[in-house]
Amino acid sequence: MAGTLAEKVWEAHLVRRGEDGSPDLLYIDLHLVHEVTSPQAFEGLRLAGRQVRRPDLTIATEDHNTPTLDIDRPIADLTSRTQIDTLRANAKEFGVRLHSLGDADQGIVHQVGPQLGLTMPGLTVVCGDSHTSTHGAFGALAFGIGTSEVEHVLATQTLPLAPFKTMAITVNGALPAGATSKDIILAIIAKIGTGGGQGYVLEYRGEAIRALSMEARMTICNMSIEAGARAGMIAPDETTFEYLKGRPHAPEGADWDEAVEYWKTLRSDDDAQYDAEVVLEATDLEPFVTWGTNPGQGLPLSASVPVPADIADEGERETAAKALEYMGLTAGTPLRDIKVDTVFIGSCTNGRIEDLRSVAKVVKGKEKASDVRVLVVPSSARVRLQAEAEGLDVIFKEFGAEWRNAGCSMCLGMNPDQLAPGERSASTSNRNFEGRQGKGGRTHLVSPLVAAATAIRGTLSSVSDLDLPFDIDITTFDGTPLDGVGASPLGESVVVDLPIPVAGQPALR
Amino acid sequence: MEKFTTHTGVGVPLRRSNVDTDQIIPAVYLKRVTRTGFEDALFAAWRGDSSFVLNQEAYSAGSVLVAGPDFGTGSSREHAVWALKDYGFRVVLSSRFADIFRGNSGKQGLVAGVVSPEDIEILWKILETKPGTEVTVDLEARTATADDVTVPFQIDDYTRWRLMEGLDDIGLTLQEADKITAFEETRASWRPKTLPARHLPAVEIEAARPV
Repeated sequence: MAGTLAEKVWEAHLVRRGEDGSPDLLYIDLHLVHEVTSPQAFEGLRLAGRQVRRPDLTIATEDHNTPTLDIDRPIADLTSRTQIDTLRANAKEFGVRLHSLGDADQGIVHQVGPQLGLTMPGLTVVCGDSHTSTHGAFGALAFGIGTSEVEHVLATQTLPLAPFKTMAITVNGALPAGATSKDIILAIIAKIGTGGGQGYVLEYRGEAIRALSMEARMTICNMSIEAGARAGMIAPDETTFEYLKGRPHAPEGADWDEAVEYWKTLRSDDDAQYDAEVVLEATDLEPFVTWGTNPGQGLPLSASVPVPADIADEGERETAAKALEYMGLTAGTPLRDIKVDTVFIGSCTNGRIEDLRSVAKVVKGKEKASDVRVLVVPSSARVRLQAEAEGLDVIFKEFGAEWRNAGCSMCLGMNPDQLAPGERSASTSNRNFEGRQGKGGRTHLVSPLVAAATAIRGTLSSVSDLDLPFDIDITTFDGTPLDGVGASPLGESVVVDLPIPVAGQPALR
Repeated sequence: MEKFTTHTGVGVPLRRSNVDTDQIIPAVYLKRVTRTGFEDALFAAWRGDSSFVLNQEAYSAGSVLVAGPDFGTGSSREHAVWALKDYGFRVVLSSRFADIFRGNSGKQGLVAGVVSPEDIEILWKILETKPGTEVTVDLEARTATADDVTVPFQIDDYTRWRLMEGLDDIGLTLQEADKITAFEETRASWRPKTLPARHLPAVEIEAARPV
């Protein structure tokens, strides 16, 4: 029977097929754990006298609460410290591998899995964090779960799940200069809305996706949840295998050959049926930024803040008006005129080495706008080490940015890296919800290239606004190919209302 | 888990769409390591506003939340459900829920019922016209009744059955431990194991300092 990528991975993990409306029981290959959503799950195990069934399929790291300064000193925030101490005690008690703050393998959980080579095609991957969808970039079925489910996986290594629907998102053509995979996903969410993916596993495909590096693919899958989807997936190919080969936990020898042979079968069949389809032209894209308080409220940078009165739908009009009030924005203001206080470069969305390289390429030899604070937070300690080996840290410091230790940091402000009330950020992270980066903080989601240009000019900007010498090629950094960044020459950007026909039944309407 | 058949309590009209989990419970409250005591964190950013619905006396003891579409979007934090339950809510009605939130609700005994947008509007009008009106939620019949109006809601059969029986998911799954073991025996050797741990050489990480 013809099947989609998601269906093939699902079928390969069926412990028991559900009958009479009961869910399927799915085996979980890899369980990632962090300090925020696990304490109550371990407490549940203890209360029920249960063990972790497969510590050898479980790995924990500290990321959400960890400070990015003075990491060798006791954590000042007592509740943060309690949560981290609780994870350490639980990992010890239940025999779970843990990479703690200060360890070279510590970092954001969605960076740690891929960089250790634990994330692979064809796996089921779960974590008590909605951005687990990141791992789908490898052709894994990866999704966020709640704490009760964390406990369930710890105790049984399985999850009872009702099948998802599937949505194909095809991105044709090639990205123009200055546009990145972040702009692709922001454009998709702006089009289908924060609920558009609800009930679906999204499969990204097409020429533009194929051309992306692994890291750029992770950025896209990472934000699938912002469209309401449970997961996002990309069929594995040579780019995937190349990324994996030689990583600490990648298969070796005959296992590698067997794995690659199997991974090559992990693609949707030509006649596979999706429940919905979306098509997007990459050539129409330009840098996207959000203006409101959900990730679907995004526009091309050349646009202006929307005028609520012009919005036909009453609900959307009210939502937009509330968002503008919270964001302190005046309808009709060109997005490029918006001045920011902070630029945050980091997170599981855009805190990887390629992101840091592309930022360094733009800011090298420049000075940041004088009244802007710039935070650069690598997604893991290994990414930090790699950046330092390439001298990126020196470029950032000379630019006037703060070079921090790894963690989730200002993406969600659970550690001291927060916006003050009323403060405005351009952030490479994934959510612009009210108060997400600090109470009263105002967030504009942007790509790393937009973040870099914004840090130089102080207002939301793209690299095309910079006075870059004509021959600077922003697609490479010191000879390192920068996949995921458009390769065509700089030119006048064109705003096009992207035609995205949605076929099939929308979820639950 | 406590069995749920019917529940009657004050209905709270929350006329907002896209109420995300950061609004239900801001991240700062996620640092706790216990499973209870989150009532103060519910809608924390809005609770300081005297016009917010839960700050009005007629609604403050509410237990049936009637919300706009796309309730519970955003993060997977189950704390959002704990906060609602700790405050006293037993039921949330909306025309559309985020998937993870709906899944989490079912596991914690919070009924997340899908009601048509038109019926949500009818319930809002009743609850706003007569603050303090009680809503009766009948899980067996899948209906919610306020005054003389009864509206249907959707909830999947399996979740409904589990809620009505008060069954614990893990206990149910462990009844099939032999099937899990049989599946594990077929697992290919290339599939990864986290233990024994493999990684690049350990390197000392320098601590960044404030500038």
